[in-house]
Amino acid sequence: MLKKRIIPCLDIRDGRTVKGIHFENIQDAGDPVELAERYMSEGADELIFLDITATVEKRKTLIQLVSQIASVVQIPFTVGGGIQQTDDVRSLIDAGADKISINSAAFLKPKLISDIAAIFGSQCVVVAIDTFFNGEDWYVCLNGGRTPTDVKAEEWAKMASSSGAGEILLTSMNKDGTKSGFALDITSRIADVVSVPVIASGGAGNPEHFFEVFTKTKATGALAASVFHFGELTIPLLKQYLSDQKISIRL
Amino acid sequence: MIAILKYNAGNIFSVNHAVLALGHKTVVTDNPDVLLKADKVILPGVGEASSAMKYLNEHSLDVVIRSLTQPVLGICLGMQLLCTASEEGNTFCLGKFDHKVKKFPPKDLVPHTGWNSVHNLKGELFRNINPGSDFYFVHGFYAESGIQTIAETEYILPFTSAMQQDNFFGTQFHPEKSGKNGLFLLKNFLSL
Repeated sequence: MLKKRIIPCLDIRDGRTVKGIHFENIQDAGDPVELAERYMSEGADELIFLDITATVEKRKTLIQLVSQIASVVQIPFTVGGGIQQTDDVRSLIDAGADKISINSAAFLKPKLISDIAAIFGSQCVVVAIDTFFNGEDWYVCLNGGRTPTDVKAEEWAKMASSSGAGEILLTSMNKDGTKSGFALDITSRIADVVSVPVIASGGAGNPEHFFEVFTKTKATGALAASVFHFGELTIPLLKQYLSDQKISIRL
Repeated sequence: MIAILKYNAGNIFSVNHAVLALGHKTVVTDNPDVLLKADKVILPGVGEASSAMKYLNEHSLDVVIRSLTQPVLGICLGMQLLCTASEEGNTFCLGKFDHKVKKFPPKDLVPHTGWNSVHNLKGELFRNINPGSDFYFVHGFYAESGIQTIAETEYILPFTSAMQQDNFFGTQFHPEKSGKNGLFLLKNFLSL
């Protein structure tokens, strides 16, 4: 039986793992290669690395980091941050990344999704969507959460999926860093309308939150960062809990 | 020396690193002499069947691969290319395995992506690996079960997750991305 995936996310800035709340108040959370190895040995099903300060001059550092990670990690991993064109994808895939994640660039130019999928296959294209609830509905936000748009997250997710995305990584900005549980409503709505796997992100605080998102939505993966980085939740205990609750999980 | 076939399919880096991590020397090559003389040959794979076969045929690597007598491991697309034919691009393949590769019916999310368990394990490739162990899969096409099947997995329908004919082995999953179980399997292959 196919297993639900537990995915630690490492936000990378200047080669270090960092974590903020509501995308702000950034704190240092350790060496990404060491953390990656630790999460793999603890039973993480995949890893995601998002370079939050990816600029032209920092690209080489990121590519070196990706190849260091690839040489010690034997589970699938996704790399995102600053990808603008298919050449950026090639350098990350050649360095050992299994998938790449695109966010604002895909929203501004949806053809990027089909271009990457045509060369590298849909399975390697993760479209990341940052969404915020404005009191009425969930809307897409760009540039690491700094630029709101008037496009509904559900509409963009449908379009990204039909453009060739292999996966949707859906982050609720209202929930990010709050440890109050995943945004079940929008995760459920999007997972119901797209034909690709959805990874829920933002708000993980305790094992029950993971149980909720796997039972109340069709998300096939759940992502968390700070609860893992700061040791509040360990992957073995989380996975044992989910398995005891009859969630299909890899132990 | 472990030869990793260099062709127009991705994922070579990870396979190379996993084999190096197990303490073997590797060469990533499309040179027929080097392939023929290697102790073992691995056909990695992430890509599309018809363009991969076209590449192999144009470089006469199809003849070379068919003639290999040392242990050969095809991974994912590499395994599918060792079958008779694939519905992906209606491709005539290498024919080492008497299996056809078909497209998953769209009854669930396709491609089949993630960790899934293997059952009905047979042979040396799965030595010290328990039935029900999880491996990492990413594929939209599957091989039907047959007498060469040495492992089965269920997603939408039961399919062949590993096969063997003489010195040719294939896994639909990615051992190089399957954590400890994957390394066990690669170790088993490398110690054949």
